[in-house]
Amino acid sequence: MSQDVWVTVETLRGEVLEISDTLLAAGRVLADGLGSKLIALLLGHNAEGLARTLGAADRVVYVDHAVLADFTPDAYRRTIAGVVEGPAPRVVLFGHTSMGMDVACGVSHDLGAPLVTSCQTVKVKDSQPWYVSLTCGGKIVAEGEMPGPTCIVTMIPGGYKPEAGRREGAPEVSRVAPPTTLGDLRVSLKGYVEPPAGDVDLTKESILVGVGRGIQQRDNLKPAEELAAVLGGVVAATRPIVDQGWLPTSRLVGKSGKTVKPRLYLALGISGAPEHVEGIRDAALIVAINTDEKAPIYDLAHFGAAVDVSKLLPILTEKIKAAKGG
Amino acid sequence: MPIKALLVLLAFFASLAVFGYRLYRRFDHMRLGQPASPFGQWDERIKSLVIFVLAQGRLFRFPAPGLAHFFFFWGFLILFVTILRALLEGIFPGFVLPWLGTFGPLALLQDLLAVAVTIGVIYGLYLRVVVKPERYKGSHQGEGILVLSFVLVIMLSLLCMNGLRQNLEGGSVASVWQPVSTVAGLLFVKLDKAVQRPLYEIFYWIHLGVVLVFLTLLPGGKHFHIITAPFNVALRNLEPRGKLLPSPQFEGLTGVRNVEQFTWRQMLDWYTCSECGRCQEVCPAYSSGLPLSPKLLIMSLRAHLFERGTALRAARKDGLLQALLEKRLVGDVISDDVVWACMTCYACDQECPLFIEHISPIVDLRRYLLTQQRADAMLMGALANLRRYGNSFGKSDRQRAMWTRGLETPIKDIRKEPAQTLWFVGDYASYSPALTEITQATARVFQQAGIDFGLLYDAERNAGNDLRRVGEEGLFELLMTKNKAVLDKCRFKEIVTTDPHTYNTLKNEYDMNRPVYHYTEVLDRAIASGRLPIQRQLGYTLTYHDPCYLGRYNGIYDAPRRVLAAIGCRVVEMPRHRDRSLCCGAGGGRIWMEEKGIKERSGENRIREAAALDGVQYFVVACPKDMTIYRDAVKTVGQEGRIVVKDIIELVEEALEAQPKDCHNDGGLSSYPKR
Amino acid sequence: MDIVVPIKFVPDLVEELEIDASGAALDRTFLRLIPNEQDDHALEQALLLKERHGGTVTVLTLDTGDVDETLFTAVAKGADRVIKITGDFAGLNNHAIASLLHPVLQNLSFDLILTGTQAVDDLDGSLGTLLAARLDLPYVGYITGVMPADGNVVVRKEYPGGLIAEMAIRLPAVLGIQAAEKPPRYVVTSLVMQAMKTARIEEIEAGQADSRGAAGVARMFRPEAAAHAEMIEGHPDQVADALVALLKERGLLS
Repeated sequence: MSQDVWVTVETLRGEVLEISDTLLAAGRVLADGLGSKLIALLLGHNAEGLARTLGAADRVVYVDHAVLADFTPDAYRRTIAGVVEGPAPRVVLFGHTSMGMDVACGVSHDLGAPLVTSCQTVKVKDSQPWYVSLTCGGKIVAEGEMPGPTCIVTMIPGGYKPEAGRREGAPEVSRVAPPTTLGDLRVSLKGYVEPPAGDVDLTKESILVGVGRGIQQRDNLKPAEELAAVLGGVVAATRPIVDQGWLPTSRLVGKSGKTVKPRLYLALGISGAPEHVEGIRDAALIVAINTDEKAPIYDLAHFGAAVDVSKLLPILTEKIKAAKGG
Repeated sequence: MPIKALLVLLAFFASLAVFGYRLYRRFDHMRLGQPASPFGQWDERIKSLVIFVLAQGRLFRFPAPGLAHFFFFWGFLILFVTILRALLEGIFPGFVLPWLGTFGPLALLQDLLAVAVTIGVIYGLYLRVVVKPERYKGSHQGEGILVLSFVLVIMLSLLCMNGLRQNLEGGSVASVWQPVSTVAGLLFVKLDKAVQRPLYEIFYWIHLGVVLVFLTLLPGGKHFHIITAPFNVALRNLEPRGKLLPSPQFEGLTGVRNVEQFTWRQMLDWYTCSECGRCQEVCPAYSSGLPLSPKLLIMSLRAHLFERGTALRAARKDGLLQALLEKRLVGDVISDDVVWACMTCYACDQECPLFIEHISPIVDLRRYLLTQQRADAMLMGALANLRRYGNSFGKSDRQRAMWTRGLETPIKDIRKEPAQTLWFVGDYASYSPALTEITQATARVFQQAGIDFGLLYDAERNAGNDLRRVGEEGLFELLMTKNKAVLDKCRFKEIVTTDPHTYNTLKNEYDMNRPVYHYTEVLDRAIASGRLPIQRQLGYTLTYHDPCYLGRYNGIYDAPRRVLAAIGCRVVEMPRHRDRSLCCGAGGGRIWMEEKGIKERSGENRIREAAALDGVQYFVVACPKDMTIYRDAVKTVGQEGRIVVKDIIELVEEALEAQPKDCHNDGGLSSYPKR
Repeated sequence: MDIVVPIKFVPDLVEELEIDASGAALDRTFLRLIPNEQDDHALEQALLLKERHGGTVTVLTLDTGDVDETLFTAVAKGADRVIKITGDFAGLNNHAIASLLHPVLQNLSFDLILTGTQAVDDLDGSLGTLLAARLDLPYVGYITGVMPADGNVVVRKEYPGGLIAEMAIRLPAVLGIQAAEKPPRYVVTSLVMQAMKTARIEEIEAGQADSRGAAGVARMFRPEAAAHAEMIEGHPDQVADALVALLKERGLLS
């Protein structure tokens, strides 16, 4: 049993994902606050080299096995639970992601350790680690103590900038043998499917007009497209829009879509749920149009106006056309 | 028996047999249909016959073709006597029709009508061959031209017959009463009588022959209306226009899946279609490029009924017939898009001279399609919102009355205290941020008029008019039940609403037992009685758009015009006004559907029509959906400096102020149009 | 394929959310509960699988109030069995819900449990992952496609950037559905009404709820953002003018 903080590193096809840096940043806050060590747990096959990028950690624990080359829920869960059980750290951080959520609960069950999810930031209060989580579409914050002796926590992107979790220097790497129970896995990877080429690459556009559920009708897509065209940009979408089939997945921005860093992101009828917002945090200028003045998007946007999108679009398009001399 | 008599009898019975057989088959197919009782109110039905059949009422909405058809109809009726006479004379030589055969003035009338019909036919042929109007597109042109030619031949052969007869029988009463026939006779007068006699026989056989062939053709095509029209008009639907009838249920499913699930009365409609295309001409879906043509729909239903009826009645069902039976009504015969394209604006039903109902089968088909989830995702999303939240905006019912927060004087909560008038606000006026100001203006004007009114506040739900038109009967029932439960607990004497759709269903389908008014009627009343003191005459030149559910459906055309006149505005009518008003495109649930395949939006078409009127500054509406559609249309058509869309309440409020305001707040437009 | 779809009722975000007097929980007096959106997708996916490959669909939920309509709607959509677990459930966390569903699930035979990959009010893991852990079944989440293939299923799992991983899972298994292959169907009200008359909701009494395994909530509040957008006031016309000026200033209109 220790006060150490462990971080499970997420990798995909040979690269460390940015969420891992966010976890290290949070882990650093906790480890420093608790006066303990920050340990990064890296799983993979012939991937020890990746440990060099985990400078924010005091130590890296690396587990190598052919079956760990790519993420699969069963293999990763058993490995992590097996490796973490002995040391019994105070906190184990996972990403609140497609990979992290698949295993965090299983690990929590295997270790009998409590589970906290949707965590955005962490803090240390009276020598105890605390979580601060977002819930209800980002409209409500819940905070509390992370129960001991070991707490499993999943963290959403955005609470800490990835840069905060990167440090110079290569940490000490210790190899640990995989648990013997890596045979007879119930889940296996068959392969990856690349996203369809799509008409546009959102990550390369400097101006994006995002549409969310608040545009209400598919009819309002066309004015949005006209506005985007006049601005020299393209239309992006949130999950509900893509799920309804109004725009293809190549236009999805957010958790399962693209992370974008445009010069301008115009958010139309977007509430600001964490899943979408994590994809647009780094936009240089965010302007939000949403009639709900309490929408979480306004916490992120630089400018906003609580007017009706369908009323604003045609006027704005005309005025921009005029301003551009067209 | 003379040879000729035998031949005439043979020809007559042969023709009758073919005619009878074809008639019977179609009647037999009609028997597959569901029961209906379009009976009762016989005085009204006889009146309809007189106005719409004898006087050819609606035909004159297209004046020239209407006049031509007036003569076709009366020509046919009066000249029928001559055909009868020809037949009997053929069978019984020397036969003279008692009284009718010798009545001079009747003979004169027949002669003149023969000329009128001939002119009418030439005009008809000119239309079909030279002008080729859009409304004939899709109609059976060949049959049209053939029958016109037949009628021409019948007329000309009749005149020649009469003329030759005059020549052969010498001058008589006839020649005085039948000048035209005499003229025809002049063509042959130089010929030897020995030649004229057989010539007469030839014309006789041409005349009778063409008539008997025409008879056999009647049941098969668009001229069946000659037989069925009087029945179709006499048995027309006398319910209020704005009242839909429920569909029968089959195996627990509502709506029509197979053609025999329609009623025999609907089938009679299809047999009566003369493919004139007037419905197609005025259909806003058709003119905006959508795949619906009311005419083609009816023609498809008729053709399919014959096909399927034949297959169903066949004793042995071979492969071909089996294939016919597997054809899906919506899917193979009519496409889904056609069914969803309808705006239920009533232009087609209004225009049809034979009172064919086009909207009725469409709604029946929609009811079925919804049970199969065959509708676009956006519509189904709107329906899910309506079911969960009771409004199409997907907003909480607690936000329904948020618009009232901008008012100085709060409005009564009619759930808690009685009022004279209950104002049923409607979804759009309540929830659309763009319309908040107009709703508030309406409240202020009501208050100024001293009207004692109240609101249902959060308890109001979508009234359901468009839910019925989209085919969601169950949800309509649910919302109506919820609304009525609340309404029953309130105390009021009358209802007012600003939304014509809401107005329509509350008035015609809710059985409120209390008067329901549109706010223009209330304004009209208040101004006329002096309770709303008009302070100034605005002097604007404007045009007024008749909403479908206020005008065509419920006959309210004059109240809004009187209001505009009372506030000193000059109304310049658009070519398509009153019952020819062009639908904005939002009706029939289309405002909830995806816009696919539209070449020119109705709203834009309408704004162009208005902008073409000289000196018109304002486009006045009396419906929240019209406001939404036309405001957008003005922008997309690029007419922003030229014409401004205003709700009638905005103008009334302006006229109530003693001093004109400097800059009127009209939501997004920065200046008045230049005059 | 026999599929069970547990549905969780969550606060409707369309309504205003308030914190109760304790300051550590949502005020439930005016709260409206609706089925979790992704559970709707899970049901849709289950029905699609039934339509394509046969089998049964069972829907399961805790009776947290107005759940009947949702269950009858599920029947109208094509579910074979609908079960509600009765008892007193106020503000249970996911661990507690999983503990109540667990004994019921143990008495059902199934090949797959499909449930939404997350719910808007999750704070202690997602229901699917907790059920999988309790039942000792494999779990994969963020699924957007399910294809049966001899004794197991192949699923499409979403990764960032739109990348998909295809994984094979042995049955029985629990899947967390992100989105069904088609948007959840709308079933006409008349069919729901019909279901209300002909279908029966089975009722099972709840056992003891076990909420251990979650963290306690010390405080719940509406976030005061560190930053807030500068709001542009006025009508769309004025807003448009201000935006044009802003964009011009930032060199975005060249």
